[in-house]
Amino acid sequence: MSDQRLFVTALLDPNAPCPAGLTAWNGSDPTRRFAVYRNNVVTSLIDVLADTFPVTLELVGDEFFRAMAGDFVRAAPPKSALLAEYGGGFPVFIERFEPARSVPYLADVARLEMLRVQAFHAAAADPLTPEQVAQALADPERLPALRVICHPSLGVLSSRYAIVSLWAAHQGIGDLACVDPGLPETALVVRAGLEVQVVALPPGGDVLVAGFTNGLTLGVAAARAASAHADFDLTIHLALLLRVGALASLSLPTETLP
Amino acid sequence: MMMRSPGESSTCGVPARPSHRRLPARAGLGLKPQHFTEILATRPDLGFFEIHAENYLVAGGPFHHYLSRIRDRYPLSIHGVGLSIGAEGPLDTAHLDRLAALLDRYQPQSFSEHLAWSTHGGAFFNDLLPLPYDQATLNRVCDHIDQTQEHLQRRILLENPATYVEFAASTLDEATFITEIVRHTGCGLLLDVNNAYVSGVNHHRDPQAYIAALPLPEVGEIHLAGFAEDQDAARAPLLIDTHGAPVAAAVWELYAFALERLGPTPTLIERDNDIPPLVVLIAEAQCAERWIGYTQRDRLEASA
Repeated sequence: MSDQRLFVTALLDPNAPCPAGLTAWNGSDPTRRFAVYRNNVVTSLIDVLADTFPVTLELVGDEFFRAMAGDFVRAAPPKSALLAEYGGGFPVFIERFEPARSVPYLADVARLEMLRVQAFHAAAADPLTPEQVAQALADPERLPALRVICHPSLGVLSSRYAIVSLWAAHQGIGDLACVDPGLPETALVVRAGLEVQVVALPPGGDVLVAGFTNGLTLGVAAARAASAHADFDLTIHLALLLRVGALASLSLPTETLP
Repeated sequence: MMMRSPGESSTCGVPARPSHRRLPARAGLGLKPQHFTEILATRPDLGFFEIHAENYLVAGGPFHHYLSRIRDRYPLSIHGVGLSIGAEGPLDTAHLDRLAALLDRYQPQSFSEHLAWSTHGGAFFNDLLPLPYDQATLNRVCDHIDQTQEHLQRRILLENPATYVEFAASTLDEATFITEIVRHTGCGLLLDVNNAYVSGVNHHRDPQAYIAALPLPEVGEIHLAGFAEDQDAARAPLLIDTHGAPVAAAVWELYAFALERLGPTPTLIERDNDIPPLVVLIAEAQCAERWIGYTQRDRLEASA
């Protein structure tokens, strides 16, 4: 093994011996000095996760979160220096983390928080203006053939749990005691200007947005959403998506509406 | 190969706009998101701001929104913390590409990186890990700096590290190792005075002698920061470079020693943890500016 391979193995495994070949001027055991690096690596990466997943942390408490995050850091250190991207695998790790089983919605709250960070750093794009929408609506016959391009920051997450209400209650919106975690919710995450918004999508919204993202026409995407949810109402969904700035542009196969 | 814009400094002697070529010999601050709006609202009188490159390797959002506005008003230093110049493996050319795009976008007066490694086997460890100072490491580090300067089409500044261990394999002392790097690659130096002090205490060597042994004419920037105090297994002091405290009195003294030899030099107050209100950091920057002022005055008097 290379010297740096030995070094990183010892960094991530607290039970591994200190790498050979390290010295101190006073001849003292270098293990204590090497522990500074061990601590820097694991603690700084736990801090990164604590910044990305603040509600997940609040749900389980600081001590539990840091122990769980420490296990994750040792098992799956970042793959790049772009730490804003670190933590994509954390929700799956939480799902399999036995001591967290008593909080079944924890992984989905973490997924929502990861979507928020992704939206925060996503590319900028101007949302659709009311004028552009009015122009598209002016010719109802062409409406079903429209393709809808979503904002680059848009993320949608369907959960068996009340992730939007749980998340909002931790922002001081609503009363946590009144949230029934067992009610399914679909979260829409999008950045409008500089602020990331989290809103609940009515039933079928996930199917509609997935249709847009997959390049289906408005007509086909709406039909799929309607067949998935009997009470799907396209008008309500489009109004919501426009209000939060989730849509970037509309186009017909042969032309782009200005 | 990238085209070089007229504002960028280079190792090739292409004329550059003076105002864009280097940081002013003043004090600057690390740019922190919690201070974005206050900086734009109050426009504090500071020499420059410095960012960590990797925090801005994102597509869009508030970081770029605010940085572009602050860049319009202040000189900028970009400080890389993830290139892993000391790694045994090859440099990540995708990372170099991203850095090149960031430098192209913001046209900073300075780009710096560390004499350290932070990646191995496709993983990133978010710390500046130490290197043995031997010939094989020297060759590798020089190759990586050559590659970086070629890729970025500019001279970089290399920062001296804060370290907690030494290597039995080392055959050169740190100042000699750095001097050799500068000689072989033509890179400049970012003299981190706090690191010089921390490593001096940790390895029982004289930080003044260490600084005096560095190739001081190549220093393009100074870093000042705070440390935490710990002990090694023999209860000898072990200082930890935390960037989480005010600059210590002993580090201010060492800074004054360095400035006497360097003359007025751009100086960054680094604070990355336990970040205080902006006014507290501005006061620390003003303290550095007073030292820079004394140096300037002494030089004028000496030449009069």
